[in-house]
Amino acid sequence: MRYYPVLVIGGGLAGLSAAIEASSQVEVALLSQVHPLRSHSQAAQGGINAALANVPAGRSDDWEKHAFDTVKGSDYLADQDAVEIMAQEAPEAVYRLERWGAAFSRSAAGTLDQRPFGGAGFPRTCYAADRTGHVLMHTLYEQALRHRITVRSDWMVVSILVEEGRCQGVVALDITTGKLDAFLAEAVILATGGAGRLYQRTTNALICTGQPTALAYRAGVPLKDMEFIQFHPTSLYGSNILISEGARGEGGYLLNRLGERFMERYAREAMELAPRDIVARSIQTEIDEGRGFEGEYVHLDLRHLGRERILERLPGIYDIASHFGGVDAAVAPIPVQPAQHYTMGGIDTNADGEAALMGLLAAGECACVSVHGANRLGGNSLLETVVFGHRAGRRAATLAQGRGVGARAHIREADALVADGEARLKAISGEGPKQFPQIREEMARAMTEQVGIFRTRRGLLEAQAKLQELRERFRASSLRHIGRRFNVELVRALELDGMLDLAEVVAAGALARAESRGGHYRLDHRERDDQRWLRHTLASYTPRGPRLRHSEVRLTRWQPEARVY
Amino acid sequence: MPIDMNEVTFKVFRFDPEKDKKPHWQRYRVALRPGLSVLEGLLDILDHQDGSLAFRFSCRGAVCGICAMYIAGTPRLACRTQVAELKREEITIAPLPGLPIIKDLVVDMKPFFAKYEQIRPYFLADAVPGEKESLQTPQQRRALAEYIDCFLCGLCHAACPVAATDRRYLGPAALVKAYRFIADSRDGHTDARLALALGEDGLWRCHTIFNCVEVCPRGVDPTHAIQEMKRLAVWRRLAGKTRP
Repeated sequence: MRYYPVLVIGGGLAGLSAAIEASSQVEVALLSQVHPLRSHSQAAQGGINAALANVPAGRSDDWEKHAFDTVKGSDYLADQDAVEIMAQEAPEAVYRLERWGAAFSRSAAGTLDQRPFGGAGFPRTCYAADRTGHVLMHTLYEQALRHRITVRSDWMVVSILVEEGRCQGVVALDITTGKLDAFLAEAVILATGGAGRLYQRTTNALICTGQPTALAYRAGVPLKDMEFIQFHPTSLYGSNILISEGARGEGGYLLNRLGERFMERYAREAMELAPRDIVARSIQTEIDEGRGFEGEYVHLDLRHLGRERILERLPGIYDIASHFGGVDAAVAPIPVQPAQHYTMGGIDTNADGEAALMGLLAAGECACVSVHGANRLGGNSLLETVVFGHRAGRRAATLAQGRGVGARAHIREADALVADGEARLKAISGEGPKQFPQIREEMARAMTEQVGIFRTRRGLLEAQAKLQELRERFRASSLRHIGRRFNVELVRALELDGMLDLAEVVAAGALARAESRGGHYRLDHRERDDQRWLRHTLASYTPRGPRLRHSEVRLTRWQPEARVY
Repeated sequence: MPIDMNEVTFKVFRFDPEKDKKPHWQRYRVALRPGLSVLEGLLDILDHQDGSLAFRFSCRGAVCGICAMYIAGTPRLACRTQVAELKREEITIAPLPGLPIIKDLVVDMKPFFAKYEQIRPYFLADAVPGEKESLQTPQQRRALAEYIDCFLCGLCHAACPVAATDRRYLGPAALVKAYRFIADSRDGHTDARLALALGEDGLWRCHTIFNCVEVCPRGVDPTHAIQEMKRLAVWRRLAGKTRP
């Protein structure tokens, strides 16, 4: 058993931001399934939004315009008070990162340069070439070292300890040894990212399973708006590695098999820089109607930018296209297709990261504040991690102070939860069929095919039946390898357990929501229906499947209007 | 490699310190498909042949640096290595050398990160309330552009013959990180950073063998960074500015 006043789970941008901020007041430990520098935040390419008005084309930008673009981009599902906080705190958050050494790209005047991004009225996206996530991750990890935060890598959380109606800590698996241990804490912050691996085609890292989100769900915490999944328009055909929106921000064209810049048909004004949901559907429509290549992809053409500009502004994209796609982007177009990219929904929290369970907080992609609503704008996810990670860290530190004995009164219950965990590990080490990998593959295929870019009632019902079948097979299945030391198969089985829960929640939310809004598109209900559906979905765990409720969307100054680009 | 080949053999280093007295090699047949990376081959083995195989993975797109291992005699990232490009019927896969083995291809990276922490890799400034960003021209930023790309995968350290024989040597990765701060116009702690990089186990141990440059998956040139720091150190010494 170990004790820390504040325990952060996840070492990406949100987790590091939270840990650094909390550490100014209390002792903090951070648990991460991989070394923090291997977190998925590292993969973010394009940039981070803040209305700094640094470049000539953006001189009249301000935080309210940023907030409005975010609200419109969200298809009016975002909570506007939370969006206002994010847009207002954005400049301060970016300046903080810069002073900590983040090597942002610069304008000729030496200020932070800003590039245009989808759905934004002005060039508002600060960036570090096309490796912004990498640069910010290293900056924050460096500061975590400076602040002497205890970091434990190769630890996976397997359950949340709830006593007296409050989160008192977690039980976690030391992947290296295979042993379970309890961590008691006055406040636990989940910063564990999205659930992209629910889908077969995803830009997300292999570790983005959402498993800790499912633990919160099982502990009785409602998940919000999980049916809203972002499909990124441009992932590399084959591996689905992300090809940044920055490639279009820098002037890249999307072309179909006939050589048409087809975005003209779907978003005449914004063209390639329409928001992601719209561009993704446009590409998929081109492919489905036979104007794609090999029935699978379209072209992203950067050739007219010239080799020099490509190498200066998009070196990572150039490298990915060449190394993983065998394409020299300066002489040939890049084959791209839409793929799952972002989980807009998550653990329902307030603007300080607090979930419905006292002592449990969440920040970043695993949380739903909600600032992205039905569709996230590019450049807002990094921003969310640092703004709300910081806020959650501060709140957690406050909660942890002055609790007296607090969580340490629950050592016996923690031991019991460890014993439960041991029993569970024993149970999946039995003689059942060895089906975990097949179940994961079938789940991901069903999600991509039936809970994907285009959804129908019929497809969603089929997906639900499939998920139920998979859950039953999961219960009967066992591991092939029962050794405890660095058992990757065990880690993946525990992840799958959580993923099946989340898949059910996504499908149930998508089936109930009989409208189209942002990333959720129903072929049998193609219009947005504010009358019935301008509200959040809240899903709570029951043994018979998710129970859905709804909550009001908080509007402050913008009434919903038609979303035209 | 014959053109019609549709399978290759992965010859994988196996060692479970809990039950094995010594390591052994195990061969697996892996079906080829277009674009198959070594990492995907290992995942196929894990999921469909042998659940006991241990290795690390995260981004699968060469942006996180977690899957550094010894592949066909060279330190490489498994995700970035295309099986077809190796042009071998049998591919030998072993853990990074010089680090404690946790299991199979998984090593304990703590000694590597300890060297990195030795150079105190962090800015010492904080945001100033009411002030905006500090200024840096595009030209000044270009001076560090290459060096911020390092993601600490450890390949260069594994390829360095000096690091292999001298366990105390800071090594190319830690030294690149030191230079990343020195090259940054905003940092202003060059003397202190040079002092940390200089010591007995520091940059003078580099024999300019250039292995680190060859294996870097990010196009970083550690040798150049090290030579720049040597030059700076010599000039400062001559000018009487620092005594190592």
